[in-house]
Amino acid sequence: MEHHLVLNVVARILIPLIMLFALYVQFHGDYGPGGGFQAGVIFAASFILYGIIYGIERLRKVVHPSFIRSLAALGVLVYVSVGIISILNGGEFLNYNLLSEDPRTGQHIGIIFIELGVGMTVASTMILLFYAFARP
Amino acid sequence: MIVLYINVIILCLLVITAIAINQQDNLFATTMLTGIFSLLSASLFVCLDAVDVAFTEAAVGAGIALILFLGALSLIKYKEKNKNEISFLGFLIVILTGSLLIYGLQDIPAFGSPENPVQTYLADRYIVGSEKEIGIPNLVTSVLASYRGYDTLGEVTVIFTACIGVLMLLGRSRGDYKGIVSREKS
Repeated sequence: MEHHLVLNVVARILIPLIMLFALYVQFHGDYGPGGGFQAGVIFAASFILYGIIYGIERLRKVVHPSFIRSLAALGVLVYVSVGIISILNGGEFLNYNLLSEDPRTGQHIGIIFIELGVGMTVASTMILLFYAFARP
Repeated sequence: MIVLYINVIILCLLVITAIAINQQDNLFATTMLTGIFSLLSASLFVCLDAVDVAFTEAAVGAGIALILFLGALSLIKYKEKNKNEISFLGFLIVILTGSLLIYGLQDIPAFGSPENPVQTYLADRYIVGSEKEIGIPNLVTSVLASYRGYDTLGEVTVIFTACIGVLMLLGRSRGDYKGIVSREKS
């Protein structure tokens, strides 16, 4: 759909805004509605919009499928490693209190990181599903 | 009072959309109606003060799911295969299940009642403790990410597993298809 001028221009303006909004939802989830799941989906939506407008082949060049596959696994790994670090610090699995001196700071750190893991896995899963379904 | 009216209107629209989805045999229109259904549910969740759920429903149900449906549609035909005969048995089962569900509804506590089991078990504990123990304002995030961290880990694993499953079924790139076809021909 690259030859549609309107779509082309609008997508060019929208994609960075969607990404910015996704990052806001990701890291502001502690204070407002949102979190990793929603942020991941919104972030993936920006890539999918790019793929729809500029063609799936160009999207494959922007984010290579093998890279995005490892990112999906990495998200789960980040989540689990937060749990394992809290075991190493002498607590139970996923007990964020021990991630820092102050339990509440620890909770903040833990939540930010697990939400990051969730976001990574969800975003890359959605992009991979799009790759699997979309035919050029 | 106004919220009640809005709720009633949205619920009516949901029923209308559901009937329209059922009546439609053009799959493209069905997909679009599904998106509208999700958007209406999201508005309903906003009315119920469940902003996080509404957010997810709008992003996933009305956004990504719709695109994946459209992607799947591009692989198949747009028209539903017509099956005109009405199955009497199916109709009976639906009526029976529906009336059972309505009968069962009489026992559940009133909507928003403080005696709901969900309100009396752990909810107060989270509402009172979250500010002191977790220290973040969004209660939903503190329950989801901290108190219920295990569950969320499970959810992420489910998403990851689903991703692997879909990729195993559909994840071949175009080049691989050509490879398979040429190997089969030779």
